[in-house]
Amino acid sequence: MSVNLDQALQTYIAEARELLQDMEDALLRLENEPGDADTVGAIFRAAHTIKGSAGLFGLDAIVKFTHVVEDVLDRVRDGKVAIEADLIAVLLESSDHMLELINVVAAQGRQLDTVAQARESALCNRLQAYRAETKPVAMEALVSVEEDVPLTVCNKDGVSSDNWHISLRFGQNVLRDGMDPLSFLRYLGKLGKIVSLTTLPDAMPEAGKMDAETCYLGFEIDFKSDADKAAIANVFEFVREESLIHILPPHSKISDYLELIRALPESEIRVGEILVATGALTQQELADGLNTQKAGAQVAGNSMPLGKILVDQGSVGQEVVEAALVKQAQARDSKNKESKYIRVQADRLDELINLVGELVIAGAGANMLAQRAKSVALQESTSEISRLVEEIRDSALNLRMVQIGETFNRFQRVVRDVSRDLGKDIALHISGAETELDKTVVEKIGDPLMHLVRNAMDHGIENSVLRAQRGKPEKGTLRLNAYHESGSIVIEVSDDGGGLNRERILAKAVEKGIVAPNQNLSEQEIFRLIFEAGFSTADTVSNISGRGVGMDVVRRNIEALRGTIDIESKHTEGTTIRIRLPLTLAIIDGFLVGVGKSSFVIPLDMVLECTEMSEQDREALAERNYVNLRNEVLPFIRLRDLFDISGNAPRRENIVVVQYAGLKAGLVVDGLLGEFQTVIKPLGGIFEHLKGISGSTILGSGEVALILDVPTLVQRAVAEEDRQHAAA
Amino acid sequence: MEQTNKHEMQLVVGTEERDQQQYLTFNLGGEIFAIGILAIKEIIEYGNLTEVPMMPEFIRGVINLRGAVVPVVDLSARFGRRGTTVTRRTCIVIVEMEAEDGHQDVGVIVDAVNEVLEILPQDIEPAPSFGAKIRTEFIRGMGKVAGKFVIILNADRVLSVDELATLARENSEQLVNVAA
Repeated sequence: MSVNLDQALQTYIAEARELLQDMEDALLRLENEPGDADTVGAIFRAAHTIKGSAGLFGLDAIVKFTHVVEDVLDRVRDGKVAIEADLIAVLLESSDHMLELINVVAAQGRQLDTVAQARESALCNRLQAYRAETKPVAMEALVSVEEDVPLTVCNKDGVSSDNWHISLRFGQNVLRDGMDPLSFLRYLGKLGKIVSLTTLPDAMPEAGKMDAETCYLGFEIDFKSDADKAAIANVFEFVREESLIHILPPHSKISDYLELIRALPESEIRVGEILVATGALTQQELADGLNTQKAGAQVAGNSMPLGKILVDQGSVGQEVVEAALVKQAQARDSKNKESKYIRVQADRLDELINLVGELVIAGAGANMLAQRAKSVALQESTSEISRLVEEIRDSALNLRMVQIGETFNRFQRVVRDVSRDLGKDIALHISGAETELDKTVVEKIGDPLMHLVRNAMDHGIENSVLRAQRGKPEKGTLRLNAYHESGSIVIEVSDDGGGLNRERILAKAVEKGIVAPNQNLSEQEIFRLIFEAGFSTADTVSNISGRGVGMDVVRRNIEALRGTIDIESKHTEGTTIRIRLPLTLAIIDGFLVGVGKSSFVIPLDMVLECTEMSEQDREALAERNYVNLRNEVLPFIRLRDLFDISGNAPRRENIVVVQYAGLKAGLVVDGLLGEFQTVIKPLGGIFEHLKGISGSTILGSGEVALILDVPTLVQRAVAEEDRQHAAA
Repeated sequence: MEQTNKHEMQLVVGTEERDQQQYLTFNLGGEIFAIGILAIKEIIEYGNLTEVPMMPEFIRGVINLRGAVVPVVDLSARFGRRGTTVTRRTCIVIVEMEAEDGHQDVGVIVDAVNEVLEILPQDIEPAPSFGAKIRTEFIRGMGKVAGKFVIILNADRVLSVDELATLARENSEQLVNVAA
């Protein structure tokens, strides 16, 4: 066969990984709702597909192991094995092992190492306990690769024929791909007996238009066999994607046949005739089915759903139909969703966003020139262009927005496994999963979150004895929450555990020399100490967390994303760690201010208001660094002093009131230069540790302006103010 | 000021072997220095520099190089001498440095750019252990050109992004602590 096997293998690997992810999700779901037959079915199908395809590629190691798993799942599906925690655990580990098999055997073409082999045989032994003594008889008709409706073998509403019916329409490229339709039929013959076969040349065009390399063939086959549906479907594995294949088990309901008739490309009458001719249906069965449908259609004014007909006939229970309809709707929904997405390479998107960034800068330059030229018409046209550029910018950035839910969901498994390791009972609650943020941010937030989650489970949530003493429910709760707040995304990791112990943290910090013994610290400052390098208060060091590396790495990772971390904690009640991140790393709305000859940009969504600095406040500069803002104490920072900018202050100075994480502070500048679309340019390695400046941007004039790091500045101003008060 | 770009020079010179013996010479505080031509991206007129606060003296600021923000180093200050005074002939030489995550361009302020010279390996003496008034590790060798010495700089050391970052951090931390 000249199929590009390598490419097919890559597809298989990608598919298998997705299937294993689905399987894991389904297993976790099953743990909460053990009775859900659909979920069991989904798990079985995932394992089955992986095994079947592995066989095609000759990946015997995968087939061997997956076969064992599949056997167990088969029995679960039959209800012969009850779903309980141990089973789920071993199945989860099996799915991990299958992933390793895929990664090692399929992707790298190597053998498993001895550690993995040992694990495999251990898993097999555990799985063996759930397996039947003898190989289970092939399940008839219950397995179905593409089934939507749970099929039941039942003579009452099934057709009389006890043969399988297979409708085959080969894809046009089958011959070009080097495959011979006849060989599939021969292979099918090995599984059973082909009772009748009708060749359908209907798709064949007239001789002049016919392309000798195109396959126009279709077959209707009646087939007698003891093989199960999956085995039959596997015969056509290689042509499955391109071709139209329908497989109906013996004694299928007439409705299935009707559906088949409708799904086939040929006219309904033609297919009906063939089915009767081959003996798949009797004339009577076909006529009854069609009549009922027609009658229904007349009553309802439009085609009546088959399900309704069947219920009316008393052949199927209402609930069965409802279940089937829900499933169909789901399938349709997911299909609709699929068609709405286009897969785009991430770097193409980045390129687009870079270009939009350049466009924004160029637009700002044009704007400035237009203003200088004092031509009203020109100004109008440039401002129109600016408006459009702004819209393009927003939609371009939106392209990169993804929901955080996917990241959150990964933690279901983590929480489950870690809580088991720790011997604690912990539930994970996720909210705000639909909150969107930039893909580049999402990619970098996973590791810090992982650390916080593990930490909360290990150190935060107490063991059940202590929980009981404290009058809390035995089951601990961990929450992941996300929401938008003033141009940032806030991600919360909270637990209902023991909370942070102020005294212990302070004592530890003093012991480690992080703070001086007599230093006066606010609660926030004390909590923040846990993010210092080399800090750990856990009495016992476990392998989950607590080696004192990590929390400082978390802080650094978050700061590298221009984000901040806050901690809220009550002793014995729990801890909430709040991460604030900018929505995007590329472009922001900025507010341009001038100090001396320099220009600075303040992120606009942090600016509350601007006010002129009064004469008496300026005179009092040497004594105090706060002003009275409508009877509120507002600490401020004079950028001229902080940045040591040369030249004398002008006669008037302004205060820009900024807010971050609930704290307010003033930034004293010379001039207010207005709003400015800011394309963030990283300052690069040399300025990595610069405090108070978060990046740079290019002004319309081509000059570089620095972007102020408001969170750091606000914290500084507030801390300084606190210190002054404490001293006074 | 004329813009000379690396690729044009390469066209003129030809083979790579000769490229490695080509050096750009420039004036700085009355002395002649040289940097290997392969590391040099372009030479631009001094101007439009944005100062970055809380930086040591030898980091003059940043410029916009066709959309990229490039730090500018005052070489004279880096050598521990007086900062460069800007004149009509002051230039910024853009040098491409290897950094952890790819390339990083660094601008270098020089008093005036002279010419591109070929200095053969046999005409290069090892750096004197003392007497040059510059840290020895900054000097790759002393090139003999027309009976005079030209100081060939080791750009990787002089403009090491890691070292500059460390120095910058120390400086900014000092300032912040003093201010606080």
